[in-house]
Amino acid sequence: MRVAAASPHSSSLEPVLQDYLTCDQCKRARIKDRRVKIPRPLGQGPSSFIPVKEIVHKGLEDSERQLFIEAFVSTGRVDNVTMVMGLHPQYLESFWKTQYYLLQMDGPLPYHYRHYIAVMAAARHQCLYLVSLHVNEFLQVGGNAEWLNGLNFVPQKMRNLNEINKILAHRPWLITKEHIENLLKTGENSWSLAELIHAVVLLTHYHSLASFVLGCSIRHELDQDGGFTFRPPSPQSCDSDSASNSGSEETVNGSASRDDLRELEILMEKMKLLQEGRPDVEASQEEMATRFEREKRESLLVAPADRESVSPTNLSCFVEDADFGYKDFSRRGEQTPPTFRAQDYSWEDHGYSLINRLYPEVGQLLDEKFQVVYNLTYNTMAMHCGVDTSMLRRAIWNYIHCVFGIRYDDYDYGEVNQLLERSLKIYIKTVACYPEKTTKRMYISFWRHFRHSEKVHLNLLLLEARMQAALLYALRAITRYMT
Amino acid sequence: MEKMARVTTALSGTTITGRTMFYHLDAPANAISVCRDAAQVVVAGRNIFKIYSIEEEQFVEKANLRVGRKLSLNFSCADVVWHQMDDNLLATAATNGAVVTWNLGKQSRNKQDQLFTEHKRTVNKVCFHPNEVHMLLSGSQDGYMKCFDLRKRESVSTFSGQSESVRDVQFSVRDYFTFAASFENGNVQLWDMRRPDRYDRMFTAHNGPVFCCDWHPDDKGWLATGGRDKMVKVWDVSTTKTKEIYCVQTIASVARVKWRPEMKYHLATCSMMVDHNIYVWDIRRPYIPFGMFEEHKDVTTGIVWRHIHDPYYLLSGSKDSTLYQHMFNDASRPVDRANPEGLCYGLFGDLAFAGKDSMFGSDSNRKTYGGERRYPIFFFKKPDLSEQFANVSSALNVFETELGSNSMDWFVNMAQQYILTGRSLADLCDHNAKIAKELYRYQVAQTWTMLRIVYSNPGAISSVNLNQSIGKSGGLPLMNSLKELSVALGNETRLERGKAENRQEINHLDSSNPLITANEENEETEGSDVPADYLFGDVEGDEDDLYMVDHENAPAEEHEYILPQEAFQLRHEIIDNPSAPDHLQDKVESPHVSGNEAETVCLTPIESFSLMSISQPLYDAYLPADYFNSLVKDMLHYYAEQGDVQMAVSVLIVLGDRIRKEIDEQTQEHWYTSYIDLLQRFKLWNVSNEVIKLSTCSSINCFNQASTTLHINCSNCKRPMSSKGWICDRCRQCASMCAVCHQVVKGLFVWCQGCSHGGHLEHIMNWLKTSSHCPAGCGHLCEYT
Repeated sequence: MRVAAASPHSSSLEPVLQDYLTCDQCKRARIKDRRVKIPRPLGQGPSSFIPVKEIVHKGLEDSERQLFIEAFVSTGRVDNVTMVMGLHPQYLESFWKTQYYLLQMDGPLPYHYRHYIAVMAAARHQCLYLVSLHVNEFLQVGGNAEWLNGLNFVPQKMRNLNEINKILAHRPWLITKEHIENLLKTGENSWSLAELIHAVVLLTHYHSLASFVLGCSIRHELDQDGGFTFRPPSPQSCDSDSASNSGSEETVNGSASRDDLRELEILMEKMKLLQEGRPDVEASQEEMATRFEREKRESLLVAPADRESVSPTNLSCFVEDADFGYKDFSRRGEQTPPTFRAQDYSWEDHGYSLINRLYPEVGQLLDEKFQVVYNLTYNTMAMHCGVDTSMLRRAIWNYIHCVFGIRYDDYDYGEVNQLLERSLKIYIKTVACYPEKTTKRMYISFWRHFRHSEKVHLNLLLLEARMQAALLYALRAITRYMT
Repeated sequence: MEKMARVTTALSGTTITGRTMFYHLDAPANAISVCRDAAQVVVAGRNIFKIYSIEEEQFVEKANLRVGRKLSLNFSCADVVWHQMDDNLLATAATNGAVVTWNLGKQSRNKQDQLFTEHKRTVNKVCFHPNEVHMLLSGSQDGYMKCFDLRKRESVSTFSGQSESVRDVQFSVRDYFTFAASFENGNVQLWDMRRPDRYDRMFTAHNGPVFCCDWHPDDKGWLATGGRDKMVKVWDVSTTKTKEIYCVQTIASVARVKWRPEMKYHLATCSMMVDHNIYVWDIRRPYIPFGMFEEHKDVTTGIVWRHIHDPYYLLSGSKDSTLYQHMFNDASRPVDRANPEGLCYGLFGDLAFAGKDSMFGSDSNRKTYGGERRYPIFFFKKPDLSEQFANVSSALNVFETELGSNSMDWFVNMAQQYILTGRSLADLCDHNAKIAKELYRYQVAQTWTMLRIVYSNPGAISSVNLNQSIGKSGGLPLMNSLKELSVALGNETRLERGKAENRQEINHLDSSNPLITANEENEETEGSDVPADYLFGDVEGDEDDLYMVDHENAPAEEHEYILPQEAFQLRHEIIDNPSAPDHLQDKVESPHVSGNEAETVCLTPIESFSLMSISQPLYDAYLPADYFNSLVKDMLHYYAEQGDVQMAVSVLIVLGDRIRKEIDEQTQEHWYTSYIDLLQRFKLWNVSNEVIKLSTCSSINCFNQASTTLHINCSNCKRPMSSKGWICDRCRQCASMCAVCHQVVKGLFVWCQGCSHGGHLEHIMNWLKTSSHCPAGCGHLCEYT
């Protein structure tokens, strides 16, 4: 006989608050007796943009169920991000594998570093959700609580990372080999190349995940600050919540105004035309070049209206130089950095080869993830089935890269203009560049007839395209450093 | 010989001469190509498109094709190819999806001839038909290959790969209708041009994109492919079944591969990222490049052999904006710098060592192996006039260890019996000293005792000091004890690789045994075991058995290297060398021992003794413990160097804060990991865990937080529990029930490996005290040990 500790994970099982509330009598008794405040969830469902019933479905397939179980078992919760991504289980699987590998498996960085980097990255976009999630994790893996007081309390080595954190979050095209050199040059606080790659992947992962969280307006976990309230439930609030829910649904699925329907028809028609071959005369090369420039320019105009910064949060301690934000890649009359040519440094050829050399397993995982998201399709558009959406997906992907200054020689940027309506462009640009400014109005106003799951799909494209863009810039800088 | 003749005729028209040279381009190159007569080269890139003539001493710019007012993306070339039949005809693949042909015979400045814009995505590759003037093939990112007839304005046929982007297309040199295409998803397809609807054959060549492929110029059925998975593979497609016949593992993803002309087994590769060198491989020898060109400072993007029948000139273009001509004779040969030595442990501690012949010198003691004609141990390549192969003959030695001589029992015993924490320092030291003494490790025992004296209360010191000074003044007793110690040392056979200086010292002290010089490296028991015999294979002058590789005379021969199958037949026991302790003794008596600590580093006892005697007159009994720190530090380093990392770590833990800050973190970490590794090899899991727990390095501490998962099977349905809760999701029952109390066990669970029943540790223990049967009533006779 052999003795072994067969204690399955007993890590913090999330208390299911609703269960506590089931027995009204108990509740009343408790309140009376001990004056215990009973927390109550704020809002229902994992996202405040998407109604619960869109996300939580009963008839899960076995493999999907397994995914959630996996997630629960390994982290002790099925967080709201996972719930929303669960709309696209195929993607969720590869996302999970990657994130799990980055955080939990063997790697050059110690565990508490990883979570602290996640906190730093998410704080750049004031993503309270991710920050508090990883603050908890950070403490759980034995991180020094003092670090949480802010960047002034962490070792110099970590603070050095802040510079590229800032750049990668907002203007990745500014990263140069000098930045890399500074981090790697030998000294007391230097990073090793393997550590740096790990850190860069983590940073870009959490920058873009912050985009997703804010773009889908993921609600706080029940046990987080902001996820619950002690206020007793008032009938009005309940009503208003459901009312707003149903209200939003109406705008999404309900009475379809004729204009919106026509928009969809036009989009479909355009796609068909483009697919059949361009009806318009071959655009000259010059024309193509100007189209890219125009798209870049135009992306300036689709900036969101409200420019004032979001209410200051208590995350400022993790952020240095808070004013450093996304600045349009090409402003008129300014010296712009040269356009990044996708053909000269592509993920498939160069990025992968580099990562795979320095942090092997992850190259494979990322490659898989990019491929899954790029090829993900259900051949549906709103209420239409059997549509080849590859044009639309490519347009979105390339538009996001365009916003970050990456140009594909073999793409006609005129297509972006034809396929992406203005409100959609606004949403994409906001979520990709300054996700903290996303509003529900923006979310509702584009693609009115599309399903929520399709909007989530868009957000996934956003997440990955943004991550790839930033990674490409960072890896190119590292390559230049190495040569 | 027939081939030779052909070569000369082919070359007679244009004699190729030149030297290694380079030209600085204005922009990074993406691809290069040469014209038929090997006199000109075209370089294409995003911002460059020029033709250079290759002169004897230099490159000279001949033409710039990138002209015109508006430089469209059509000029941004991903690939370029020069027609091998028509010197005026060029084709480029543009990043925007255009395929452009250029006619150098045109009068105007702009030589652009035709423009095909049928591809929707970047065109990765263009390729002219080797025998057909007007036929051009292109492969693009959009997954299509198109065949153009240059007399028409559009493509004649389109081939769909049905899946992923096309990375390379190559017409077969020998087979008129066949071409190969490589894909981003790892597949390679062979097509017959007459059947555009479906590929002839498809096989998965690589894991990840296949960046390049190349047909063998002579052999019809050979295709070389290179991929992102860092491999070059050679496929034989001549039969219906595609066979991988050679595989070369490189260090970076392979961007281009080109067969070397006239050399059946050679091919050149360059990589996509990170590695800037060009390698020429002999595919039969895939472990080390045959030749290597290291001139480029950034990744090489294009390589091409200057003439299709000349193997000595290689041209290359690179992202570092240079165009190089490499002479093959100037290539560096990694083989020359490699250490042709191999070392391997057998299952029972035997050691095999193969090394260059010359290393062993002439020695009457060894038995040569030359008589054995049936087993050639190594092989020569006959020196070629043009290419000097490295002649390597080697010898193989096998050392056997005497049974038990390298037993590590002492290690296991000490690991188990040492107490590292939980008592006062003095107690710990005493205890550990006792353990060491019991295992006849007097030096270690002595060290523990000294540590106790040094670090426990100063009162204890004086008495011992007294002893020591007596010993010192007596002179003789000290010597004696030392002798004892060193004898003990000598008999302890420790697994260690000696330090170089030690070895040398021993050698010049002991000239009677010259063997030691050559073999020190491979002895596992230094100082005590000396190999008395070797096996040696010698094949000099025995050419019948050799495999000659002679390209000049027999380029088509198909010799395979055959590894010797039975190289070691004679085995001799290694006898204990009784003289070993004597070295140490000699050393002790050498006059300069007492003065210089660095020289006596191999004999700690002396250090400690002399230390005690010196220190006394200086500081009396009031020495702060810190005073010894540097010595203790040296001592720890010494033990670690000697391979006794156990001692180093144990002392480190026992002394804790007293010594920790003296030794830098990294060294500590290194010691800890080595010790833990050793412990785990001996399956001393508990001890290793204790060490991990007691270590103060954070990186060590987190060891036992990794891989803490334990996979269990459900005790009811005997299938793996996939969800890690208490309930098996197949049979829907609580899995880990205690067979005694019928409650779910949370925490320590003990179970019988025979019948898989079990329960709370205590319950089972109690149960099995009174009964020998399984508490579950299954009838199994369980046993608790």
